[in-house]
Amino acid sequence: MEGVSKEEDTMNFIIYLSDYIIPFLIFYIVGFGLLTKTNIYDEFIKGAKEGFRVVLDIMPTLIGLMVGVGVLRASGALDLLSDLLKPITELLHFPSELVPVALVKMFSSSAATSLVSDIFKQYGPDSYLGRIVSIMMSCTETIFYTMSVYFMAAGVKKTRYTLAGALVSTLVGIVMSVVLTNLVF
Amino acid sequence: MLNYLWGFMIIIGITIGVLRGNIAEVSNATLNSSKEAVTLCITMLGIMAMWTGIMQIAKKCGLVAAFTRGLRPILRYLFPTIPKDHIVNEYIASNMIANILGLGWAATPMGLMAMRELKKLNHDSEVASCDMCTFMIINISSLQLIPVNIIAYRSQYGSVNPAEILGAGIIATICSTIVGVIYSVLARNRSYRHGRR
Repeated sequence: MEGVSKEEDTMNFIIYLSDYIIPFLIFYIVGFGLLTKTNIYDEFIKGAKEGFRVVLDIMPTLIGLMVGVGVLRASGALDLLSDLLKPITELLHFPSELVPVALVKMFSSSAATSLVSDIFKQYGPDSYLGRIVSIMMSCTETIFYTMSVYFMAAGVKKTRYTLAGALVSTLVGIVMSVVLTNLVF
Repeated sequence: MLNYLWGFMIIIGITIGVLRGNIAEVSNATLNSSKEAVTLCITMLGIMAMWTGIMQIAKKCGLVAAFTRGLRPILRYLFPTIPKDHIVNEYIASNMIANILGLGWAATPMGLMAMRELKKLNHDSEVASCDMCTFMIINISSLQLIPVNIIAYRSQYGSVNPAEILGAGIIATICSTIVGVIYSVLARNRSYRHGRR
């Protein structure tokens, strides 16, 4: 029985650690700023302004895409899709509700975000699905978007094994989100 | 890309809404979703501004530069053909650090410059060099340690503890990045054996 409780301790520790990460980082950065005699408050305000601009820039995109997802959800199309996918995803032990997010995330981050907020609304951010999708979003990237922007900017046409490698590492991220949600929470 | 993605979402949504008799819900959804997007952005404004504010301090007091220097030995291993003092090292390191700290929009310009320099090092070939592949795979494997926007969404939708997924998220990110690195190194060594760069 002891092995079980030890394992549980590790998992509780991961949640416990999560609570410390943000305050610790802020403490470290502000502390370092004070030590180096930086004008930390002015810099904070300056950076916060930039953050405002970033959010305002994505706001129109988000409105457009959330309307798209809202329409899909209300029409019953999302439920239809996840019912259709159920036989396949059950074999893979992957929740069929999350397939659209996992696929869309490869193309567009903001479209995936709209699907994520839909899942949070339907099941809650602290639900099993809500946690998987949170972890999944933090450990995957927009494969096709990133590749097309970067390679196009450099004028490279043959991308060789980039896509294969990117898909493998994304798959690992998706699998880990499911595994870790089962283990930790 | 978004032209089709968005277009299909709307067209399919409305068609299926009509077919399944859910058109009243669809009509409401267009109104409610646009309102909701704004509410979400308001939550995000606060959290994002707080984060970029803190990161600006980190930039100003030299922490980001210190992290970037710390990456050097790792870069040497990942990109063995890049000359030691070449400017591209700087670009790649800044791109990675910005990604790690969750400043994706700041990472992109650095990343694009890195790709252009890598292309020059590759004699302007239209075929990607191994270094380009490695750089892209690591970039796409996700480096971000603190997913600020996910935390903002979680808090917007009433999570009791929005940050509780951080630990698990970091472990998952590290796993996917390690696999990305292993894949890149194996594929690179194979190419070298076949005499490609």
